Amino acid sequence: MSNLHLTKNHEEQHAAASTDRHQHLNLKPEDFRKIDTSDLNAEVISRESVSVWRDAMERVISNKLAMICLFILIAITVMSVIGPWLTPYDYQTNDLSSTNQPPSKEHWFGTDELGRDMFERTWMGASISLRVGLFAALIDLVIGIIYGGIMGYFGGRVDEIMNRAAEILYSIPTLLIVILLVVVMQPSLFTIVLAIGITGWVNMAWIVRGQVMQLKNQEYVLASRSLGASASRIIFRHLIPNAMGPIIVTLTLTVPSAIFAEAFLSFLGLGVQSPAASWGTMIEDARSAMKVFPWRIFFPALFISLTMLAFNIFGDALRDAFDPKLKR
Amino acid sequence: MAAWRKFKFYPEMMQMVRFIATKLMYVLLTLFLLATVTFFMMKAIPGDPFMGEKKLPPAIYNNIMAKYGFDQPVWKQYLTYMNNLLHFDLGESMKSANRTVNNIIQNAFPNSAKLGIVAIIVSVIVGIALGVIAALYHRGLIDALATIIAVLGVSIPSFVLAPLMQYFFAVKLGWFHVAGLKEPLDYVMPVLALSALPIAFIARLTRSNMVEVMNSDYIKTAKSKGLSKAIIVNRHALRNAILPVVTYLGPMTANIVTGSVVIEKIFGIAGIGKYFVESVSNRDYTLIMGLTLFYAFILIVARFLTDIAYAAVDPRIKLNSRGGGS
Repeated sequence: MSNLHLTKNHEEQHAAASTDRHQHLNLKPEDFRKIDTSDLNAEVISRESVSVWRDAMERVISNKLAMICLFILIAITVMSVIGPWLTPYDYQTNDLSSTNQPPSKEHWFGTDELGRDMFERTWMGASISLRVGLFAALIDLVIGIIYGGIMGYFGGRVDEIMNRAAEILYSIPTLLIVILLVVVMQPSLFTIVLAIGITGWVNMAWIVRGQVMQLKNQEYVLASRSLGASASRIIFRHLIPNAMGPIIVTLTLTVPSAIFAEAFLSFLGLGVQSPAASWGTMIEDARSAMKVFPWRIFFPALFISLTMLAFNIFGDALRDAFDPKLKR
Repeated sequence: MAAWRKFKFYPEMMQMVRFIATKLMYVLLTLFLLATVTFFMMKAIPGDPFMGEKKLPPAIYNNIMAKYGFDQPVWKQYLTYMNNLLHFDLGESMKSANRTVNNIIQNAFPNSAKLGIVAIIVSVIVGIALGVIAALYHRGLIDALATIIAVLGVSIPSFVLAPLMQYFFAVKLGWFHVAGLKEPLDYVMPVLALSALPIAFIARLTRSNMVEVMNSDYIKTAKSKGLSKAIIVNRHALRNAILPVVTYLGPMTANIVTGSVVIEKIFGIAGIGKYFVESVSNRDYTLIMGLTLFYAFILIVARFLTDIAYAAVDPRIKLNSRGGGS
């Protein structure tokens, strides 16, 4: 308080001096007494120190929309596991006496053109979509971290050559490669995951590369190197854990694009083969009967959109949470 | 001394030329690699396209194999294939008799191109407009609405959106034809389905840039000079805010082209996408290879042009041709 008082007097003094130099300054000896600083406690950390992780977690949890999306994703995941047990039907048994039924007490989501229960098939589609998303993200993660880590850590020539190769792969549209691979190998869940995985990692590699380049000149890396740590130890034990934030964000946003790619291929008949059900094949089957049985498209369309929506919103929220610029 | 000595390249010009030359080299390298990979992938498929359904008499079978050059060793086939590619000859379709791939592309491409170009124009205009409006009414109702549209556009796949539109707008309301591409009105639904995703992306990009730009010092200066809001937005803010949209033009073309595969199938448009799907399900290998290369060519060229446009538009970009990264 007294400090503030002093500065205020100073300002008045300046103002007075500039308007009229010869007027008296209105200063008393008390104005120059020493301020008692013992109660200021300038060195004390008043706020609890919060780690990056806890800070990000808290910010995501306080984001209501993100939490709703997380809940939707958990619900869809749980249903993809327990859903098939909730009805007496299964996904592949044909029942030609009750085809193309609208939703009813017996068939909660209706039946398709072969009388198969749509409730069962929807959750089977959910499990396929989630598995594709998960495994594609996993492949992305492994290749992206290794490739990007090496690019970023070694830099120079190595970085240049590897970056060129990645650029070439990146400039070829993913879906073309995926379609070619699926044509060469037989269409199956494995082929799709493999194809999506080996084409989609470039983005992840670039994220990791950028992070590693930023981090590798820090003192703790130097310390580790002077202790004789190998390059792989520095990359995987020191650099990657510190770059985990952006990696997780990229991963979350990889999942919906993998889910989309699987549904896209299945829609074209290049994906999961009948009798197995994917949201893509269900939408394609329903589309051809749209004029007569419009309800059949509702559930697969709803759940694929909902899943992708939830992943996108949650991924955005995560990105915001890890972004120090958006800190309030 | 000779006159040419007096001609002086400005360093900037030289840099630009080198930048374009390097990029062009990579375009050619990428196309070459892709052609090679597609060729050997198609060769790796067990069996051949003429095995299967009905047994052909050996004489006819051998004749067909000779016609397509399948009796030659693989390396020779590869050289022939590459040589033909250099002359822009993509070979003959295996399933539709007497039609060359070039022929099919000539017939189908105009349909795809018309649809694609309209979709690109609509995406850019609507996307930027939506983004700018959202940013100007930052945190208001319109902003929230634009954000919702953007998130929905990214999340709803085109093959969900298209049948739903067909059902409601064509079957129920009867506003448009269900399929086909004959009248101008027929473009509405396929274009909407194709541009939903790019619109969402561009709107998001423009909005965040516009918000940032509107808070920058030079806009504050313009405001304090007393300029009207319209002039500030048009003259000062917009140009800088839409600059990053240029980088998205390459990926957007890729999006629209791959999207068109599904959209052409749904709306029964005889474009490249429809033939591509057919060739894949018919196992028409020459057609698959030809159309893949054609698609790749368009997309790689689009990306190349985007890079150059961006370098030309933004003076801050370093012309050392190191794309990607960080």
